[in-house]
Amino acid sequence: MKEGWRKLPLGAIIPEAGSAEKFHTGDWRSERPIYHPDKCIQCLICFIYCPDSAIKVEDGKVVGIDYDFCKGCGICAKECPPKAGAITMEREMK
Amino acid sequence: MPLLEIRWHGRGGQGAKTAALLFADAALETGKYIQAFPEYGPERMGAPVQAFNRLSDEPIHLHCGIKSPKIVVVLDPTLAETVNITEGLPEDGVVVINTTESPDAMREKLGLTKQKVFTVDASKIAKETLGRDIPNTPMLGALIKATGILNFDSMLKSVEEKLKKKFPNNPELVAKNIEAIKKAYQEVGR
Amino acid sequence: MIVARTGNEAMAEAMRQVNPDVVAAYPITPATEIVQIFSSFVHDGLVDTKFVAVESEHSAMSACIGAAAAGARVMTGTASQGLALMHEMLFIAAALRLPIVLCVVNRSLSAPINIHCDHSDTLASRDSGWIQIYTENSQEAYDSVIQAVKISERALLPVMVTIDGFIISHGMERIDILDDREVREYLGEPPKRPNLLDIDKPITMGPLDLQDYFFEHKRSEIEGMNTSLPHIEAVAREYKERFGRYYPVIDTYRIDDAEVAVMAMGSAAGTAKVVVDRMREKGKKVGLIRMRVVRPFPKNYLKELIQGFAAVGIMDRSDTLSTLGGHLYVETRAVLYRASHQPPIKNYIYGLGGRDISLEEIEEIFEEVLEIGKSGKVTEPVVYKGVRE
Repeated sequence: MKEGWRKLPLGAIIPEAGSAEKFHTGDWRSERPIYHPDKCIQCLICFIYCPDSAIKVEDGKVVGIDYDFCKGCGICAKECPPKAGAITMEREMK
Repeated sequence: MPLLEIRWHGRGGQGAKTAALLFADAALETGKYIQAFPEYGPERMGAPVQAFNRLSDEPIHLHCGIKSPKIVVVLDPTLAETVNITEGLPEDGVVVINTTESPDAMREKLGLTKQKVFTVDASKIAKETLGRDIPNTPMLGALIKATGILNFDSMLKSVEEKLKKKFPNNPELVAKNIEAIKKAYQEVGR
Repeated sequence: MIVARTGNEAMAEAMRQVNPDVVAAYPITPATEIVQIFSSFVHDGLVDTKFVAVESEHSAMSACIGAAAAGARVMTGTASQGLALMHEMLFIAAALRLPIVLCVVNRSLSAPINIHCDHSDTLASRDSGWIQIYTENSQEAYDSVIQAVKISERALLPVMVTIDGFIISHGMERIDILDDREVREYLGEPPKRPNLLDIDKPITMGPLDLQDYFFEHKRSEIEGMNTSLPHIEAVAREYKERFGRYYPVIDTYRIDDAEVAVMAMGSAAGTAKVVVDRMREKGKKVGLIRMRVVRPFPKNYLKELIQGFAAVGIMDRSDTLSTLGGHLYVETRAVLYRASHQPPIKNYIYGLGGRDISLEEIEEIFEEVLEIGKSGKVTEPVVYKGVRE
């Protein structure tokens, strides 16, 4: 339920930090990236290129993909070094 | 004092506006309500310019131009040929003009009958004291002698303070201006 | 302290005493001196202000918005084309609810190019969401700039304070200025508001706002303007209690038993007061209404006030170029719609591009309005006073 004008903060500010986290853009996907940890060489190129910060990294290592925010653009799969081929795209199944 | 209106005529660069400001400031210090404002056009050295004063014991609300000043001060004698310096001057008006000519000759030239005409060679005084023909400060002295509007000594003190602020590193220039004012005060004639 | 100051000097002096955190400005005739004098205060170390010398008025207002969004107390000054160049940013300052104080020297808008006074520059900004205060003389300009800081911080809206170009900006008058300490004690620290530099409470300002929220946010901004008048009045009352000088939303002069009134704004209202005195001496019952606060438009006060007259002449130093007449006339007509008594009103557009308006011309207006009051008839509703036909 969206608030009426009297309850909104003045000046159209967004009074909390990082509120984009509540907006799950993962359902915009028509294709999804699949991460193959056995093939991954941990170059982190996918992490650098992902426009939605949807590559999950823990202790300096890629551990998977955040499907809440991944829009399925495929940049990670494209940029993953061909010899590694650690990310592949497939049709989204809902 | 009822409302008194003054018009200053000069040429761009002669300091008509500065004279009006200095005069108003001096009048303020005697407790008067004052206005000083220039007539602005494109600012060109040598072009005819005007500046104005209003003085009163009461607050001044008027913000229109001055059409009929009681006193006209003319910083440059050649203006008498090109500008109608007596425009709107009432019969009891006063003209104070910087010229080498005599008051009678000026009166005739300006076609005046009842008005008082005072003359002083302020350019000569300026050249002798300041080394340049900037007749605005001497004309302040002449104006006060001719009209008795303000106390001369308090005006001198006020102008000296203002000039000191304007030229903090040039006490000599301040002293020369004061000398020029005094000289014009002594020499102005009717 | 009694001093002699031009309007520009008076505004710059008020800015010095306010000691804002940031001033971002670009000089323009006839407001140049405000910026020039203030920058010398910065140079001489008389203020703690960060002065941002920008390359245009658009950038000046942009920098002011950024600084205000960061929580700073912000002021600037401009005129005419400069205000027009700020136009885009004015709406943003207001919609972000940023307290910014803008000293405007009223000057006509080009073309033809002209540097002298009329009110078309600020009136072209009337729908930008800024509070607008039009002053009559240097004293009121000085006091209003100080008041504007308080008003803007309470109403959370930007405020522009105006003086008439050259007539006031370059005219020296006697004014009474406060001690620096008095001003600083009165203003105090600005109230804390959400800002971009508060790292403990990070916020986002100016996000994309589409069909689902823009309308609500705009409605909220409109409410800010709708409810700003009490803030302006409260500040005026407090200022009077503290410093003795009072400026109502609508200034009136000798209207108590007046049969007719003339409405004016800015420096010409002073001249009109002298005309009122002269006509009163002749036994003519006339009075003056001076609009001081124009945004928010004080509709209820004006409606109440104006219904008591047999006729009202409305002097506008601007035209809306809409076939309807000048700004004050158009808005007064709107206020009078469905009023129980609707006095005949007539619009006198005057003084465009700095054309002087004389005592005699204003007296002619009063005489005509007296006639209208008797006959109840207005033959020509909008006339141009002082133009060569």
